[in-house]
Amino acid sequence: MAYGFQVLIDALSLGSFYALAALGIGLLFGVLRLINFAHGDFITIGAYALIVPSAATQATLLIGGFHPLFLIPSIVGIVIVVALISEFAVFRPLRNASPATLMIGSFALGYIMQNLVIMIFGGRPKAVGLWSDLNLGVQIIEGVQVPQLQLIIISVTLALMVLLVVFLKRTKYGVHMRAAAEDFRMARMLGVQANRVIMLAVAISGMLASAVSLLFVVQTGILDFRMGVPLMLFAFIATVIGGMGSLVGAVVGGFTVGAVSILLQTFLPSELRVFRDVFVFAFVILVLVLRPQGLVVSRSAKERV
Amino acid sequence: MQQQSGIFDHFRETWPLLILIIGIAVIVAVIEAVGDRIISQTLTEALIRLIVVVGLYIFIGNSGILSFGHIAFMMIGAYATAWQTMEPMSKDIFIPGLPTFLLENSFHWLPSTIIAGLLSALAALITGIALMRLSGIAASIATFAMFMSLYSFYLQWSTWTAGQSSLVGIQVTTTPWVALGVAVASMVGAFIYSRSRFGLALRSSREDEVAAKAAGVNVTMQRLIAFTISAFFVGMAGGLYGHFLGLLTVDTFYLGTTFITLSMLVVGGMQSLAGAVIGVTVMSFLIEFLRKSESGFTFGDVTVGLPANSSEVGLGVVMLLILIFRPSGLTRGLEIHWPFRPKLKATEVTQRQS
Repeated sequence: MAYGFQVLIDALSLGSFYALAALGIGLLFGVLRLINFAHGDFITIGAYALIVPSAATQATLLIGGFHPLFLIPSIVGIVIVVALISEFAVFRPLRNASPATLMIGSFALGYIMQNLVIMIFGGRPKAVGLWSDLNLGVQIIEGVQVPQLQLIIISVTLALMVLLVVFLKRTKYGVHMRAAAEDFRMARMLGVQANRVIMLAVAISGMLASAVSLLFVVQTGILDFRMGVPLMLFAFIATVIGGMGSLVGAVVGGFTVGAVSILLQTFLPSELRVFRDVFVFAFVILVLVLRPQGLVVSRSAKERV
Repeated sequence: MQQQSGIFDHFRETWPLLILIIGIAVIVAVIEAVGDRIISQTLTEALIRLIVVVGLYIFIGNSGILSFGHIAFMMIGAYATAWQTMEPMSKDIFIPGLPTFLLENSFHWLPSTIIAGLLSALAALITGIALMRLSGIAASIATFAMFMSLYSFYLQWSTWTAGQSSLVGIQVTTTPWVALGVAVASMVGAFIYSRSRFGLALRSSREDEVAAKAAGVNVTMQRLIAFTISAFFVGMAGGLYGHFLGLLTVDTFYLGTTFITLSMLVVGGMQSLAGAVIGVTVMSFLIEFLRKSESGFTFGDVTVGLPANSSEVGLGVVMLLILIFRPSGLTRGLEIHWPFRPKLKATEVTQRQS
């Protein structure tokens, strides 16, 4: 029982990372039909922003040393600015290109960001201690110790999701954004301002990325120029198996991928455990073949003839 | 079609292929004539990438589905070649898991490379049966999942691949001329394929999948054929690459290589063979130029160089610029046709149409 509970918390907290990142990717896919490969690098930038301007091997925190009330808005702001710059410099000029070109464009953007990080901070991973006492365990029920952080990750994710839902359902811009995701051309004809909605989506996507960076750095304590890539890959897989273009699907996909990873990690025999990712991706192929539209089918995902 | 088509007509029809082969051969000959050993190595690497990109073109260009998975076939080809060609002694040390038949023998690189290509094709055939049923973005993602799955597998399969360390002791046999030979073979293969009934059927599904199905094209089957053929060439490129580097690490076949080769194809224009070839040529020159600027030009006593990794940043920026200003690639997806239009008499035109 206690062990099962531990596994459940592990699955939920890993799934939270994937779900948050998947929401960021799914949001942009909804309005732009863009699969944003650079999303992982937004996460990386958010993490590296903690140590600006120090490029030493022993990283010293500047923004990372601020009081949380000041730290969190700064990091969120920086990532949003980076995301908006990407929108102006890359996504907007490519607005009318084919999805393949857009995808390669975002890949190129990610490549630029990664190499900029190496250029400025060097290629070696750096250790940072941000709020490391959050990793201490707490007792939630009899005999179950979980790191405080996992609970924080899960609650932050839930809070952000609730906020996003309220925004999408209850505010004017949220409604515009949902309309644009449903049928972009029709929404424009009905008076939705395309560029404003897209900018907003990009900004929210950046905000979600910065949340992932902060939580991830606290959990791992390591900065690496490739740190965002695996998160992006799993999140990307999550959006696809959840159903491209559906935000509910992105969340469902994120938690599914997290749960499958943790379950395989727990229940695979030890000699097969190193092959966990092989099975995770094989599972993805299986889902795609059985349900090409994803687990949650959005109305706009059906291909029109 | 009663009039015999003259030899000149054949020439004009194969011109889009010939001009590319001549162009590449001239570049190789010139660089080999003036270049030193290091430039010659860069050239070999570019030619191997050309094979990969032509292989990618066979599938992506004709089917219109972006594949993120082909570098896995390159990896399969590279390791399969090494399993055959390495010296028994090194095999004992690095990859003792091989069956005895392979452990105790060592074969010539050429048949080994071809067998490795066939093995990659087989892998593509098997995975393709599931993957090729998908269309559009789902298909791209599925190829990507296949890639990650195989990559993670090779990374952990240490008795056959040396896992996370590197597999050393592969003879260096890939010269620019060897790579050129295989590159030309792959270009000829791609050209013949895209003009065959299979290629045309697949192209029709690229333009309009529903209409192609209605016209009786088995889209899944056609995609599978292209996927298998392209994996064959990409697998051979992998074999050559191992024999170019002299060592193999699984990490060589990861996102970096995927990204570079795909972007070469997209920059050139993914719907034509000319696009594949021109993309590789332009990008290779660009990469080399940027690398040189990073290591610095010497003016008298002063060396002016750019900071580390700025060449990668520059590469990304140039690629973005090309994508923004030529979204369908440098060639706009067209082949290079014989520049002089044939003068036909009116009677000939009517005869041709009948």
